[in-house]
Amino acid sequence: MYYKNPSYKAFYYCNVFILLIVSILCVLPMLHILAVSFSGKSAAEGNLVTFLPIDFNLDSYSETLSNGNFLNAIRVSVMRTLIGTAVSMAVTILAAFPLSKSGYEFKGRSLYVWFFLFIMIFGAGLIPHYILIQKVNLIGSFWVYILPHALNIWNIILMMNFFRNIPKELDEAAIMDGAGSFGILLKIYLPVSMPAIATLSLFSMVGQWNNWFDGMLYMSSPDQWPLATLLQTIIVALDLSKTGIDFEQLELLSNRSVKAAQIFIAMLPILAVYPFLQRYFVKGIVLGAVKE
Amino acid sequence: MKNTAIVASSTAIIKGRKQKYMYFRKSWRFHLMLLPAVLAALVFNYAPLPGIVMAFQNFKPWLGFAQSEWVGWDNFQMVFTMKDSIQVLWNTLLISCLKIIFGLAVPVAFALMLNEIRQIGLKRSIQTMVYLPHFMSWVILGGILLDVLSLQGIVNQALTFFQVEPIMFLGDGDWFRITVIVSDLWKEFGFSAIVFLAALSGINPEYYEASEIDGAGRWKQTLYITLPSMLPIMAVVFTLSLGNVLNANFDQIYNLINPLVLQQGDIIDTFVFRNFKGGQYSLAAAVGLFKSLVSFILISGGYYCAYRWTNYRVF
Repeated sequence: MYYKNPSYKAFYYCNVFILLIVSILCVLPMLHILAVSFSGKSAAEGNLVTFLPIDFNLDSYSETLSNGNFLNAIRVSVMRTLIGTAVSMAVTILAAFPLSKSGYEFKGRSLYVWFFLFIMIFGAGLIPHYILIQKVNLIGSFWVYILPHALNIWNIILMMNFFRNIPKELDEAAIMDGAGSFGILLKIYLPVSMPAIATLSLFSMVGQWNNWFDGMLYMSSPDQWPLATLLQTIIVALDLSKTGIDFEQLELLSNRSVKAAQIFIAMLPILAVYPFLQRYFVKGIVLGAVKE
Repeated sequence: MKNTAIVASSTAIIKGRKQKYMYFRKSWRFHLMLLPAVLAALVFNYAPLPGIVMAFQNFKPWLGFAQSEWVGWDNFQMVFTMKDSIQVLWNTLLISCLKIIFGLAVPVAFALMLNEIRQIGLKRSIQTMVYLPHFMSWVILGGILLDVLSLQGIVNQALTFFQVEPIMFLGDGDWFRITVIVSDLWKEFGFSAIVFLAALSGINPEYYEASEIDGAGRWKQTLYITLPSMLPIMAVVFTLSLGNVLNANFDQIYNLINPLVLQQGDIIDTFVFRNFKGGQYSLAAAVGLFKSLVSFILISGGYYCAYRWTNYRVF
């Protein structure tokens, strides 16, 4: 066998070494931020922290979490993530089921395919979209976080491809037993599609939690902002004029370890769900992407 | 057994009144299931399309589409004679093309390397780490990069340790472009490798067994079996990514850009957004329409080629 060959063995260890370095480089910046967030203020400001906290304390977290603006932003983010994911998954699953049927089983299929394909390849652009949101009175409404994201065609395609791999015999047995389309979807397709549903829920949750742009664009008042938008203005844009944060808090927020704590709090929900869903999403994507 | 299955599955070709009725019932349910998606598409994707006319108007929000003055191609003429916009177009093309090339080559190389690892636990740990940045937003990563790449940041501390002069990664135009490309690669290479890993695991092991009998080493196997088997999926990924030629990633650039590097870092989307915020609605819409049209041609061309060459279908 090739892997008993000494020169292959040498390659193998080099390969493992390189891959380990690369993968550690992927998480190292996050570890550094984590260490800074737990460090004392002087150590953080003096750039003494590397990957272990110096003067370990939780001050930056307690300061961040006692800030009303921040707590409110977390609440908005949690709400939009939960509701947005539920709505989007419902739309995705319902649309993917009929589209997974062949043109024989579902006569109008190709019409719908062209209908959805067109919007995948042509968009009106930012400004006409903004004018539309204005016209349907969604500016300043919480639903602007939910409704425009309800339809995600890529998710529908992944779900549809997953459904296609479900053996036809299951459908047929259910039809024989007198089940209707909704019954087949609910009782047969959903239980066996958990990897795909978990994957797409993860994508949708991450997309909702991370979205900062619609908050900035459509919300005039900062108390309707999700966490991502608030962080964008505080940390990246360094623009505190709009956030309604008073002068006392301003000094506090510009502190390096407090910033690091805020970044870490924003990463936390993703870090929390990601390991549990990882085993699903590799399976979900692979089954969805590779067709027979 | 097999016959009943075939009969039951082809509801559409069964003759007879009862079956036809059943097919009809099933069909209206299908339409009902698609209704939410269709409504969302009509409202949020199709309804904004008529708004494109503002690219040919001097649009004033308080006048609306009906009363705003029509100016023909003036907006386009203005955009393409502005010195800024040529620079912006060039920046966009340069950044996005480099992202496309590296975004294909690095994940393929990574997938090949990871495929050699035989310890499942090690393989999975590496995957867990490299997929992680993909799930972070550019706001979070922007905050992290601003911190670690600053002049006193940990990266420059490390450079100083190795006797290298500190680098202004985000404050110098050329370094800004490099930072943008490398950080995008860092965020996405692991996740993009998933599809190639799937292709690798789908290669028939008999090819390898046969080549082993012929005396091929691992390198020869990679060259003559693994790479050729991956070519179709690589071709699909590449053609589909051509649709992103005018898409240099707004989220990333907007969160990293600053006045120092505006000249070399400004891309179409940030340009559009700045003009939009500055009240230049029609100008921004004209640039947006230009981008949409070019992307439309590239994406549909890409889909068509992927379909013709490798029989790939989106739907």
